[in-house]
Amino acid sequence: MSSQSTTEQGAQSPLMAYLKAHMREYGLLFALIAIMVFFQIVTGGTLMRPVNITNLFLQNSYIIIMALGMLIVIVAGHIDLSVGSVMGFVGAFAAVMIVDWGLPVPLAVVISLLLGTVVGAAQGYWVAYWKIPSFIVTLAGMLVFRGLSLWLLQGQSIGPFPPTFQLLSTGFVPDILPRSATEGLAALFGARNFNVLAMGVGIVASAAIVWMGLRARARNAAYGIELEPSNFFWARNAIVIGGLLFLTFKLSTFRGLPNVAVTMGVLIIIYSFLTQNTVIGRRIYALGGNEKAAKLSGIKTERLTFLAFVNMGFLAALAGLIFAARLNTATPKAGFSLELDVIAAVFIGGASMSGGSGKIVGAVVGAFIMGVMNNGMSIMGIGIDYQQVIKGLVLLAAVIFDVYNKQKQG
Amino acid sequence: MTVLLEMRDITKEFPGVKALDRVNLSVAQGEIHAICGENGAGKSTLMKVLSGVYPVGSYDGEIHYDGALAEFKTLSDSESRGIVIIHQELALVPQLSIAENIFLGNERAKSGVMQWQETFSRTVDLLAKVGLRDAPGTLVDKIGVGKQQLVEIAKALSKHVKLLILDEPTAALQENDSRKLLDLMLELKAQGVTCIIISHKLGEVRYVADTVTVIRDGMTVSRLDAKGLSEDAIVRDMVGRDMSARYPERPRVAGEMVMEVEGWNVWHPDHAERQVIKNISMNVRAGEVVGIAGVMGSGRTELAMSVFGKSWGRNISGTLKVHGTPVDVSKVDRAIDAGLAYVTEDRKSLGLILDETIRFNTTLAHLEGVSSKGVLREAEETEVAERYRTALATRTPSVMQKVGNLSGGNQQKVVLAKWLFTEPEVLILDEPTRGIDVGAKYEIYSIINDLSAQGKAVVMISSEMPELLGMCDRIYVMNEGAFVGELDAREATQERIMSLIVTE
Ligand SMILES: Nc1ncnc2c1ncn2[C@@H]1O[C@H](COP(=O)(O)OP(=O)(O)OP(=O)(O)O)[C@@H](O)[C@H]1O
Ligand SMILES: [Mg+2]
Repeated sequence: MSSQSTTEQGAQSPLMAYLKAHMREYGLLFALIAIMVFFQIVTGGTLMRPVNITNLFLQNSYIIIMALGMLIVIVAGHIDLSVGSVMGFVGAFAAVMIVDWGLPVPLAVVISLLLGTVVGAAQGYWVAYWKIPSFIVTLAGMLVFRGLSLWLLQGQSIGPFPPTFQLLSTGFVPDILPRSATEGLAALFGARNFNVLAMGVGIVASAAIVWMGLRARARNAAYGIELEPSNFFWARNAIVIGGLLFLTFKLSTFRGLPNVAVTMGVLIIIYSFLTQNTVIGRRIYALGGNEKAAKLSGIKTERLTFLAFVNMGFLAALAGLIFAARLNTATPKAGFSLELDVIAAVFIGGASMSGGSGKIVGAVVGAFIMGVMNNGMSIMGIGIDYQQVIKGLVLLAAVIFDVYNKQKQG
Repeated sequence: MTVLLEMRDITKEFPGVKALDRVNLSVAQGEIHAICGENGAGKSTLMKVLSGVYPVGSYDGEIHYDGALAEFKTLSDSESRGIVIIHQELALVPQLSIAENIFLGNERAKSGVMQWQETFSRTVDLLAKVGLRDAPGTLVDKIGVGKQQLVEIAKALSKHVKLLILDEPTAALQENDSRKLLDLMLELKAQGVTCIIISHKLGEVRYVADTVTVIRDGMTVSRLDAKGLSEDAIVRDMVGRDMSARYPERPRVAGEMVMEVEGWNVWHPDHAERQVIKNISMNVRAGEVVGIAGVMGSGRTELAMSVFGKSWGRNISGTLKVHGTPVDVSKVDRAIDAGLAYVTEDRKSLGLILDETIRFNTTLAHLEGVSSKGVLREAEETEVAERYRTALATRTPSVMQKVGNLSGGNQQKVVLAKWLFTEPEVLILDEPTRGIDVGAKYEIYSIINDLSAQGKAVVMISSEMPELLGMCDRIYVMNEGAFVGELDAREATQERIMSLIVTE
């Protein structure tokens, strides 16, 4: 009864077979690298300049932060079209509180985050408990909150913000060593300064990635679960670590770690853990995979859906604050059509429209792909019209690639 | 006798699994040919190879059909040559009418405009051929599974079928519906249609088949003449050894009361005036296996689901006691906490997350058991999944295999594993052996016996009466939402059960 015939795929080498089965993950990584190399070349090296790398982080942080929440919403089998409007609305409300009413910044930040959470809850309530399609509820939300921010701002911009608020976005984490101690290093790399903290974080993070990867491999091996071939494992890690060290090195030769990069990094870690290693994460995948079966397994599907939207509202609010801080003013146009970038990032990252699949790392890489394209095309001076066309085609290509892969695997 | 189909040395591999290993199949013109084999033996895969679902090139070997080498690239290639397959899972669109379903993809139209007159009149003819008298405009989800199966056949007949393939057509059918379908097959045979049938119900195989091919572990084991063939002989080839008894022995012990249901009433969720469950009371003692017999539509599944977290129906009233204390079963998680587990009859849409792994599905109803403070312990989770895989002899290369890639019977074992892992006090099984081979059935019966030996209470809903008679201590007979009798299994017979249903 238990004899199993395990075979290598006919004439195909096991390496090729593995690559085929996991085309999606590798494809995404290669796409990001290819796009970066491409723009590095066509922009004549501007893309990878320390200042531009720093900019990339600042410009994309809010998209990535919202993509984390959007991934969860999409995995749960829903969609949120209102995030751009909500983020604009929260930014506007923060501006009113801080600039017009003179509320202290920390209080205003807390109120803003609460506001976003409440907005998320209000939308989630209809989706989860009344089973109104999320597309419709959040489409309504998108109009409502766009209108509300116009009303709040009376069609004008409000700013500037006090410096403490701007720190949210444009601040940098101070180095652990005084400037004088790192002058030698700076000279060594031919840079004006060198931020040891940024580089240190890069090194520690790289070590952690390898360590966790090795631990997971050992565990899988112990249970006879199919392993990534070891040369693939090391090649993939070399690329990831190489990229990470390169980025942190560039950052350290400029002004160090931007505050947003830290916020973002911490959130990415938290959400990866939440989705991959916790009971609640597991249940969200089950909900998106087959709601009826999940429900009959004792999972509170309504509450989970509700929470996914609450969380999305919170993250949209955070993104709204960071965006306002970066522009140093709240404008009626803030967040306009940003929901599309966020949703595109999640789908480029491999999530499925029908729910139940997709990973945080994928969404983050997807957001970076969008970000690098935006940034690179702007440097090249490509008009916004062409930019939209190109981004649309990239999204389509990514999804076609996905579907094609699935079909080939049968 | 001419040979219509000859499949030679067919080999088909999936990543990590050799589903078919040089299988041979030879089907004569005008016969009914049965394919038997355990779950995961490769029966469905062989038929998918034949019908072009797996295109030429994705397998090794040759197919000779109707005097020529057949190289089908798609399903429609094989259909154009008169091969029609009815898959294990029904493929009708529930929101469309019978007529629309029958001509789906093959619409009666003139320059793109539907010819409803012709569609309907041809549908009536086709329905008459399969013995159905429903209006062609009836929506498919308004007719039962038995009739849906007949509609599938009518659909096949609309395509000038020469070779009809039926993959477990009777798995979801009641005995009398099954019989109708088998008789229809015999009638088609008389009209010259060749049939291949896959079935785990060996009685049916003996009833219709002329020849039987047995497949084990992806290899052809034997080709038997059905005349005078005994079920035991088929079973021997299927499992590779003699199987003396179909039902494992269990000592009769009725311990203390575990579950009591009193005055249970349920109304239909959509038609508020229709009472579906009428004042039902039942009880199960420790170590007992209690059956619920009844025809399709008698409300057995509705009863089970309304008890299990009020997952079906509305205005549910009545009390439920576990070990003498009334428990709250108003939500599924509360029912699970109270010690109930319900193994659904519809594993694909209600039991499993098909895109996820065996491990994911095994622990889903009891994630607390593999986590601490809300964080999953992956190593332990894998261990649990491995433990149940071994205990239930689930055939798979690893517990990280997608459940959707398993054969039907092995999927059922995963559903069972999921509920065993919740360590229930009361296990409610709804058609637990649907689509499962004889060997695996025996394993599942043994698992049921183990549970009851541990003092658990088991409730078993089944449409296969021999199974109820073989496994249960007591049988409740249900008809139109009410219990119409209770029999001790020692004195129960199929006839007595049926007469209770009929006389009410
Ligand atoms: N798409 C797939 N990917 C991987 N493995 C598969 C796939 N389809 C089938 N298999 C494997 O091939 C083997 C044969 O499966 P198949 O569905 O043909 O069995 P079967 O004889 O029809 O069983 P059952 O009686 O349970 O329906 C099984 O081990 C199954 O897990
Ligand atoms: Mg099958």
